[in-house]
Amino acid sequence: MTGREIVFENVSRFYGEVLGVNRVNLAIPPGITSLVGPNGSGKTTLMNLMTGLLRPTQGRIDILGVAPDDPEHLFRFVGYCTQFDSFPPGMTGYEFVYSYLRLHGKTHAECDQMVWRAIDRVKLTEAAHRNVAGYSKGMRQRIKLAQSMCHDPQVLVLDEPLNGLDPLVRAETITLFRSLAEAGKHVIISSHILHEVDAISDQVILLSSGYVVAEGQIHGVRTEVEDHPMQILIRCNRPSALASRIFELDTVVEARVHSDGKGLLVRTRDPDRFYLMLNRLVVDGVDLESIAPADDDVNSVYEYLIGPDGGSI
Amino acid sequence: MTPEWSLWRAQVLAILRLELKRNFLPKRGWRLYLLAAAPVALLWARVVVDMRHGRVGDLGRDSLIFAAVFQFFYLRLAIFFGCVKVFLKLFRGEMVEKSLHYYLLTPVRREVLLVGKYLAGVISTSIIFCTGTALMLAAVLADLPRQAAEQYLFGGGGLGHIVIYIATTALACIAYGGVFLLMGFLFRNPVVPVVLVLLWEAANPFLPQLLKRISVIFYLHSLMPISVPAQGDFAFLAILRTPIPAYLAVAGLLLIAIAGLWLGARQVRKLEINYGTE
Repeated sequence: MTGREIVFENVSRFYGEVLGVNRVNLAIPPGITSLVGPNGSGKTTLMNLMTGLLRPTQGRIDILGVAPDDPEHLFRFVGYCTQFDSFPPGMTGYEFVYSYLRLHGKTHAECDQMVWRAIDRVKLTEAAHRNVAGYSKGMRQRIKLAQSMCHDPQVLVLDEPLNGLDPLVRAETITLFRSLAEAGKHVIISSHILHEVDAISDQVILLSSGYVVAEGQIHGVRTEVEDHPMQILIRCNRPSALASRIFELDTVVEARVHSDGKGLLVRTRDPDRFYLMLNRLVVDGVDLESIAPADDDVNSVYEYLIGPDGGSI
Repeated sequence: MTPEWSLWRAQVLAILRLELKRNFLPKRGWRLYLLAAAPVALLWARVVVDMRHGRVGDLGRDSLIFAAVFQFFYLRLAIFFGCVKVFLKLFRGEMVEKSLHYYLLTPVRREVLLVGKYLAGVISTSIIFCTGTALMLAAVLADLPRQAAEQYLFGGGGLGHIVIYIATTALACIAYGGVFLLMGFLFRNPVVPVVLVLLWEAANPFLPQLLKRISVIFYLHSLMPISVPAQGDFAFLAILRTPIPAYLAVAGLLLIAIAGLWLGARQVRKLEINYGTE
């Protein structure tokens, strides 16, 4: 492990004639990175390529300096929580994680300590000695999470990790991901739930039909979507008065009073300039309560880039 | 032992723990137990019937019966299909059950995984079928008068025969294991290739000398201490064979297993998880 980033260089993967992902170039830094895209967009293919479960048809992948086809070294610092919901038969939750650690070559005492630490983190202690076959979907998801992070990996790849979790556990799990990211780890997540992606991600990778359509911090990605001027919601006491002044700015495309009558929705091609000019435009008697981007989120960016018909995500 | 070797040994032991438990689970193992137990039950039933009628066995005839059952049912069918079940399951079966990624997401070298799984298969099938062989031999001995049994065991080469039969059983598991392990990699649906191998093995006595050697059963039959004669009650089962020396037969069987493992290692290195196509 010598590098700091997960690097994809011109990576393509075809399933026969069917495209999995095409010409992917990425450099993923530490933090939480979300893969967003409709079903079949290539999220799981990217994750499987990252972990060596699939080999690229062309291109090169480098996980912190290690090639994915070197499992002996790769899985010392990579954990992968797959979406495959099948388990080796006859295993308890404890055995599922324990056996995984034994395959790392660790001793019984080391494994036992690490298993309980991981199981405690996902709040599954009481069910640890029950057969996995009898677990609910949420419990199976949690034990898979425990398995993927029991060896304290530097890179955690999580395919739909929040699926099946109840709201409380979901919130706790997100907190856990944040703490891992703050500790400098790479947390790669694919998720269908855009508002959660928005809340937890440091950067996003938007995928559509096997292509990376955008990547980076969500604000940066939004700024680059020039076809759709940025929406800004200004909360104030006299929106109509403010609207008449705001049209003086050439960067403003549209300004309309919010449906609740207590704010103004502005669309601008140059939000940075707009923010600078706004103070000069504020007329006497208009009290600004708040100014915030209204479509600076994954959901909007996703819709602008991929379109509402992009598929179900 | 270098740190690398000791890691590989620990990993192979971890794989064995998982796989042996899985192979011996009643839910999975019952077909194996049935295959191994069928001839055992048959021979012991014969002992019970003889005891009820006050009859005792005849060493010459009983050893021929055993040889026929062992060569024509146990080796050709029971062990053959037992190995099909266990060794095809090692990789292909896990792909179908979508559980192979469990291993592929660990820091285990693919070749080590292959060896670990293969060893688990060999140990499982050998324990089950060698126990079956031992119990069948016990039935033959139980049917004999005590004096005749002791004479056979300690004066007539009986102990040697027992060792040979049990070793042949284990070698059959080793060789068929190598063949079916490889088939699990090469064929998405191995049913047709398995049937073809079965037919090939059955046709072995009628093949030209050179082709005979491309078969497991040829080497196994060369190890048999007792041949089923081409005359008498078992003539229809007799094989016209040209046995080769035992050391060559053992080498041939080990070579088949090693070839299976070597080719399997080439396959496992490029193995991908693409459950959708299974």
